[in-house]
Amino acid sequence: MKARVHIMLKDGVLDPQGEAVAAALGSLGFDGVEGVRQGKIIEIDLAASDPQTARDAAERMCESLLANTVIETYSVEIVG
Amino acid sequence: MKAAVLVFPGSNCDRDLAVALRAAGFDVTMVWHKDTALPADIDLVAVPGGFSFGDYLRCGAIAARALIVPALVDHVRKGGYAIGICNGFQVLLETGLLPGALMRNAGLKFICRDVSLTVATTDSAFTAGYSSCEEIELPVAHHDGNYRADAEVLAALWSEDRVAFTYGDNINGSADAIAGILSTNRRVLGMMPHPERAADPALGRTDGGRLFASLAAGLAPEAATA
Repeated sequence: MKARVHIMLKDGVLDPQGEAVAAALGSLGFDGVEGVRQGKIIEIDLAASDPQTARDAAERMCESLLANTVIETYSVEIVG
Repeated sequence: MKAAVLVFPGSNCDRDLAVALRAAGFDVTMVWHKDTALPADIDLVAVPGGFSFGDYLRCGAIAARALIVPALVDHVRKGGYAIGICNGFQVLLETGLLPGALMRNAGLKFICRDVSLTVATTDSAFTAGYSSCEEIELPVAHHDGNYRADAEVLAALWSEDRVAFTYGDNINGSADAIAGILSTNRRVLGMMPHPERAADPALGRTDGGRLFASLAAGLAPEAATA
């Protein structure tokens, strides 16, 4: 199975890179950009054939390494 | 007094840190990240600056899961001293030995220069050699030094007098201009500026050397009775 992990900064945590991207979009003439948040996507190929087992494993990986839950949130998507 | 300097792939301040610790009187052993134990009777574990594991994933994240780290955590839980400088501070935060996180500098630039700092507490073996509210100058060299913690953690750091250093001019956007913090037992210090780069008169500045001298003076009686 493949797990796709989405990691984003928590709401309220300043995202300097997102702010820089927003400023760059504005300077390119894109109007109406009200905010940009930058995150990460990590795809993990897992030997597990059961979606729930794969999800549980990916969530444990997020808690122990992939996300820093002090500043980040994560979500796991099983994509087949 | 015995100190261990941890070395990860990408550490680049490890030897400077060893030189500064030796100058202060420590017997220093370099410890590779794949080792699983510290040498016997270590008084201080020092986690150096650099770009451990290429700063992949998050700064310090992969180093904080290295094989040697359980020995570091065990040392700290038994009341041992530890210092993490720059990337070493990031590693200590990622292990959870200190609270909060370090994010990309607010101005997005890598900052490499001498900065003015205020010694926010002298109540620790690391900072006892400074005077209260003293202004010192140390070099910084980092891209991710923007200290973040939730309001509860920040309130606890201040009320428990655990902020060790603050920036004179908040160069990286850190919460409350925090440049270094102490653990609850005051025996673990994490800081972004580099005292080991200001520890030899031949290199210009010596304000950082006073931190290691203070630590050596504070630890000598404990080492003698151990």
